[in-house]
Amino acid sequence: MSLPKVRVPYLLLFPGFAFLFTFFILPIINLAQTSTQTPIKGGDTGQYQQSFAFSNYIHAFTENKEQFARSFVFATLSTLLALAIAYPLAYAIAFKSGKFKNILLVLVVAPFFTSFLLRTIAWKQILGEEGFVVPGLRSLHIIGQQTTLTSTSFAVVAGMTYNFLPFMTLPLYASLERIDPRTIEAAGDLYANGITAFRRVTVPLSMPGVVAGTLLTFIPAAGDYVNAAILGSPTSKMVGNVIESRYFKIVDYPTAAALSFTLMAAILILVTLYIRKAGTEELV
Amino acid sequence: MATERPISPEARSILNAHISRRGVLAGVGGLGGAGLLAACGGSSSKSSSGNSKVVRWGNWPLYLDYDSKTKKYPTLEKFMTQTGLTAKYFEDYNDNDEFFGKVQAQLKLGQDIGYDVVTPTDWMAARWIRLGYSQKFDVANVPNKVNILDSLAAPSYDPQREATLTWQGIMAGFGWNTQKNPKGIHTLDDLFSPQNKGKIVVLTEMRDTIGIILLAQGVDITKVTETQFMNAVDFMAKKIADGWIRGVKGNEYAQDLTSGDATAVIGWSGDMFILSSENAGKFDFAIPESGGTISGDNLMIPSTASADGKKNAEALINYYYDPTVAAEVAAYVNYVCPVKGAQAAMEKVDPKLVNSEYIFPSDKTASRLHIFRSLTPAEETKWAEAFQKAQGN
Repeated sequence: MSLPKVRVPYLLLFPGFAFLFTFFILPIINLAQTSTQTPIKGGDTGQYQQSFAFSNYIHAFTENKEQFARSFVFATLSTLLALAIAYPLAYAIAFKSGKFKNILLVLVVAPFFTSFLLRTIAWKQILGEEGFVVPGLRSLHIIGQQTTLTSTSFAVVAGMTYNFLPFMTLPLYASLERIDPRTIEAAGDLYANGITAFRRVTVPLSMPGVVAGTLLTFIPAAGDYVNAAILGSPTSKMVGNVIESRYFKIVDYPTAAALSFTLMAAILILVTLYIRKAGTEELV
Repeated sequence: MATERPISPEARSILNAHISRRGVLAGVGGLGGAGLLAACGGSSSKSSSGNSKVVRWGNWPLYLDYDSKTKKYPTLEKFMTQTGLTAKYFEDYNDNDEFFGKVQAQLKLGQDIGYDVVTPTDWMAARWIRLGYSQKFDVANVPNKVNILDSLAAPSYDPQREATLTWQGIMAGFGWNTQKNPKGIHTLDDLFSPQNKGKIVVLTEMRDTIGIILLAQGVDITKVTETQFMNAVDFMAKKIADGWIRGVKGNEYAQDLTSGDATAVIGWSGDMFILSSENAGKFDFAIPESGGTISGDNLMIPSTASADGKKNAEALINYYYDPTVAAEVAAYVNYVCPVKGAQAAMEKVDPKLVNSEYIFPSDKTASRLHIFRSLTPAEETKWAEAFQKAQGN
């Protein structure tokens, strides 16, 4: 009688497991195998054999330290920028928007209705020589007459901040929206001024949103290569660009795989440290 | 310019064969999808060996005359009427490496890859030949083979043109904004002149960018050595580090020219044709005085095509080497037409294009175009790595 009941959880788990096994576990195993291969002697371009060359990892990392460092710096910068922009935005939507709340939320999500690539290409036009930003800033003498904005690290960070902003805004909104306004009133009753109430009540209660938002922004930003490819220059390449070039241009699958693994491990370590620090209970 | 364009010229300048082929977008889509699939052994394709009347052709997007009203390819329709064969046309050759990754495993096992004709670029065609993944033509079935231009008749990877015939030729040279460069750009020094500092874009296609630098340094690119090559790569790396070169790009350089972000480029003839015809007089293109590069995409029969498939493929290849048919294709794609006699035939197809240097480079121009020598597998990897590193990858 109780057997079917025992099976239910397994049945529920099956689709997810099957999917992840096929499209996550198997490719990861394949990637791991590829990462320690070496070229076949006398073989053609793209022909590799397994030789457990773990030195591939050292080579891949030391050759591309610069791009690794840049990936993490850019990802951190765009996460902080996104947080600085999204927090007031989410706060306003949660507490001050009144009847416009739904419209504002739709507007936050609206960029998703167009392709990620198109939006990034649009940024190139906006920041280009004949867009309105560059001539405007030049006439205000904020930037020099010869300064350009595209093909710079600035453009890459700006593009990433923009592209990941909704991922920061939505979790922040969700946790701010859940805050009972009476807790803030109570802080006032206890003689906290506005700033203290915000610092001691609102911010701690919104921490789950901050943690979720920063993770959702930082992780994809660290592995991103589209923004650097479209908005950057040869001196602002990120590790994602190196992986792409290794895979498609140099046809060096082992190095591409080793780089992917190293990136994955680095993100995993950073995220683990971060969650430890922030506390897992903040995630829910 | 063609009198009637199948899609708006603006859209075409974005979607133009080169753009969709070598643009970064192909890489973006490919890395996620095709990359993993390729790593897992590629997708399976069904054999059509049961049908002897079919020829399946994989070509680059927007690389064949297309009529947007009938949604058909006029020359391909005529081929089917003339021969009674059914041509299945796939615009899915988006990237040389990606396509190779997709079919490599099946080629190795001798399983049908789903195409009787493919269209790889020279260096990739060379790889297929090296690996034994191509089939030689039966000369009796391809009599029009003799129509290939002399300049394209003997590439190092297929000196007798036994297994490949050029589909279209692509010239690389200097493109520039005429307002910023009123005297034009004819030498490497012109390109790196002060008004272009920080606004120069060069091609991601190694053989074109480094080829042009090498030619300017007086090197014969049909015999280039590793030292000479690395020297030219260092030259490029220095120009990047010193802030002269803004980017190394696929066709997005066309967008940079129109947005004003670039004022001078190493670019491709077909793109520059579109740009200069769209922005009357604002852009121009020339083959460098020291020489430019020409490369080609090639019609080739994979080793896995059946006997019937091969015969039909030969009929198709032969058909496109007919001068009139070649002229009709050229009037649409605006790349270098590889077929002798097509210029005369163009008189009837579109008289305005008879003297187009883009489609029919004059002898004077053609004598300045060179083909980059084919590389050994070891060189291919090492040189590509150096070229990628120079651009920050």
